[in-house]
Amino acid sequence: MEDLPDAEIPVSDVPPRYHTGRLPNSKAGDGKPRLLLMGQRRSGKSSISSVVFHKLPPSETLYLETTTRIKKESMHSFMDFQVWDFPGHLDYFDPAFDVDNIFEEIGALIWVIDAQDEYLEAIMRLNTTILNLQHSYPDINVEVFVHKVDGLSEDYKGDTFRDIIQRVQDELSDHGYENAPVSFYQTSIYDHSIFEAFSKVIQKLIPQLPTLEALLDSLCSTCRIEKAYLFDIMSKIYIATDTSPTDIGSYEICSDYIDVVIDVSEIYGWDRPQENGEGENGHSEIVEIGNNDAESLITMERKGNNYLYLREINKYLALICLMGDDSPAEKKAIIDYNVGVFQAALKKVFPRAEGDPLLPEE
Amino acid sequence: MNTGKRQKQRKVLLMGKSGAGKSSMRSIVFSNYVAKDVRRLGATIDVEHSNIKFMGNLMLNLWDCGGQDGFVENYLTHQRNHVFGSVAVLIFVFDIESREFQADVISYSAIIRALEECSPSAKIFCLIHKMDLVQARLRVQLFDERTEYIRTASESFRDNVEFFPTSIWDQSLYKAWTQIIYFLIPNAGTIEALLTQLADVIEARELILYERTTCLMVTHVTRGRETENPFTDRFERISSILKTHKQSMSKHTGIPAGSANFAEMQIKTGRFMFFITRLTENTNLAASIPPSEQIFNAARVNILLVRPKFAELDIASKPRPGIQQAFAHSAAQIERGDERSEEEGGRRGNKGKEREVVGMGGGGTAFEG
Ligand SMILES: Nc1nc2c(ncn2[C@@H]2O[C@H](COP(=O)(O)OP(=O)(O)OP(=O)(O)O)[C@@H](O)[C@H]2O)c(=O)[nH]1
Ligand SMILES: Nc1nc2c(ncn2[C@@H]2O[C@H](COP(=O)(O)OP(=O)(O)OP(=O)(O)O)[C@@H](O)[C@H]2O)c(=O)[nH]1
Ligand SMILES: [Mg+2]
Ligand SMILES: [Mg+2]
Repeated sequence: MEDLPDAEIPVSDVPPRYHTGRLPNSKAGDGKPRLLLMGQRRSGKSSISSVVFHKLPPSETLYLETTTRIKKESMHSFMDFQVWDFPGHLDYFDPAFDVDNIFEEIGALIWVIDAQDEYLEAIMRLNTTILNLQHSYPDINVEVFVHKVDGLSEDYKGDTFRDIIQRVQDELSDHGYENAPVSFYQTSIYDHSIFEAFSKVIQKLIPQLPTLEALLDSLCSTCRIEKAYLFDIMSKIYIATDTSPTDIGSYEICSDYIDVVIDVSEIYGWDRPQENGEGENGHSEIVEIGNNDAESLITMERKGNNYLYLREINKYLALICLMGDDSPAEKKAIIDYNVGVFQAALKKVFPRAEGDPLLPEE
Repeated sequence: MNTGKRQKQRKVLLMGKSGAGKSSMRSIVFSNYVAKDVRRLGATIDVEHSNIKFMGNLMLNLWDCGGQDGFVENYLTHQRNHVFGSVAVLIFVFDIESREFQADVISYSAIIRALEECSPSAKIFCLIHKMDLVQARLRVQLFDERTEYIRTASESFRDNVEFFPTSIWDQSLYKAWTQIIYFLIPNAGTIEALLTQLADVIEARELILYERTTCLMVTHVTRGRETENPFTDRFERISSILKTHKQSMSKHTGIPAGSANFAEMQIKTGRFMFFITRLTENTNLAASIPPSEQIFNAARVNILLVRPKFAELDIASKPRPGIQQAFAHSAAQIERGDERSEEEGGRRGNKGKEREVVGMGGGGTAFEG
């Protein structure tokens, strides 16, 4: 599998102006950042939304029909997001369209380009859109997904990616727009890249990100954890990780691990009818309630000791840690303690994410 | 009565027209390929043989028969006795997308006749494959139509052929292969008896025995309320989960998928506790138990204690001392690690019962000939 060493290439040395935190464009102010999925017909917008937010198996997207009106989805999590899936053939600036209404609560504009198809027209429309937005909504993050890269050879993929970046930037600067806040990602619904890209898009919209990173850094150093991720359980988007270098490999293994825990929890966490004070086997026993927050551990045969660790943090979030080779067995207690500390700190950062444990939910 | 010790060689033919997906499923189930990888496979030239060791004295002798017309012609003529003699199971793969379904069935009939002649007691499984290419709402109907048609072409095997819809993209592949393997295991009854007793001792809600390489289920025991578990496809779902996980681990750690095994996986929640751990050379045991730390610890210890008994039912591919050493080692670790639970284990373990089971090793063979 290819990793994505250059998944996100900043457009220049000038740091991009992400409007992390408060949303300057917000008029309605309901505080739910919007992710707008736009792009050409059949570029893959609805597929992306279905795979990421509805867990549709990628091969099933073959049967998706073309979108005829804006489809709005809510993503309830530690923060609420809205995902708007647009029809491909619409002119987004047609006066019949209520532009303000579309862009007023925007978090990010995700422009999907089919890398397996002719993309010149897509780029032209993207640039028109960016230039149109520049006046009224200069702070919108524009995220370009160079999509369907699964079908391309390694070389062709790189060339296409660079070509698209070049063309977008050239044309924008021709119109006098330098350092536009545009980021580029290579994505496919057939691997983890689409989730990685969404993670990065969403992280820019989380005001508390620096705090979260600091908390994770401190957890990693006290417990000698190699890499720690804070995941949104349902979408498998990671909302923060410690600041050590990230590679897609460690994201993938953590994401696959969440799948295992969620699937098993669904299978055995079904609603058992209550037995009146009796133990399962007909004789009464001490009633134990198990773990309030789900927890999981994997030890590898060849690696020895703990290798992967998962802990439910609240209703929406789970912490997943990749352990180093040097982790002693008694470290579990140290980790448990420190994760408790982390959990308490997080409660202050995201006060709303309280409530009953998520695993399992419906 | 020592049948339990001898290896059972079972010849399994994998047939169907070229491109139907035979080698794809074989490489996914037995060689740790992921579905994405099978595009790289070339057409099979003549027959590819593989020998696969399995739980319960089973040695699978799999013949992946290239499906191009020339080869099939050859199987049916010059190699007729060689190919169709002493077959235990024929797995015939139909490509749901095939544009020549009639022709496929004619070829199937010719093969059936050869089988009738050389191995009349063979069992047939037909897999209607690549179901992912059919829209979900049309799948059941199309499957029923096809199976009915194929059944009428099955000659004397008509009432004895089983059909499964399969796809390499989901767990249906595991469901079908689990049934096939179960049919082939010579001492499934013995294994089940032993597993049932273990489940009682450790108060498990459910125990599932998985073969380690393929992650296919050997058998399971379900107790009490768990029999009402609404997820009736959970056994093949867990197969598929375990296989995917193995691949993910292998990719990340650089350990080849064949040996990227976990020593243990635990999941503890407020509703259940679950762990899966190595039982024998060739098997992993998954246990779902009530959410209690006490039961959890006791269960783990008891499983350690019962390992050698299961090992006797397994194929001992390494000399016996190897297994016992591994066992003694892990037991010692537990002793150091958690004394309280060791004591628990002693109290809960019902030694008498277990000895009884060993006595009947190799006895109740459920599937013979
Ligand atoms: N190879 C590949 N195909 C993809 C990928 N994502 C989507 N597709 C395919 O692209 C086709 C079109 O996808 P849709 O999601 O319907 O496209 P859309 O952008 O929503 O199209 P409109 O609604 O018409 O604007 C489908 O057949 C998908 O299977 C991908 O990552 N790789
Ligand atoms: N969509 C889909 N494609 C599949 C499935 N299984 C196999 N294929 C595809 O079918 C093609 C042919 O598969 P093989 O396994 O090589 O076919 P075979 O039956 O071994 O062919 P011969 O060796 O020539 O007899 C491969 O390119 C696979 O990608 C499936 O379940 N769904
Ligand atoms: Mg669409
Ligand atoms: Mg083949």
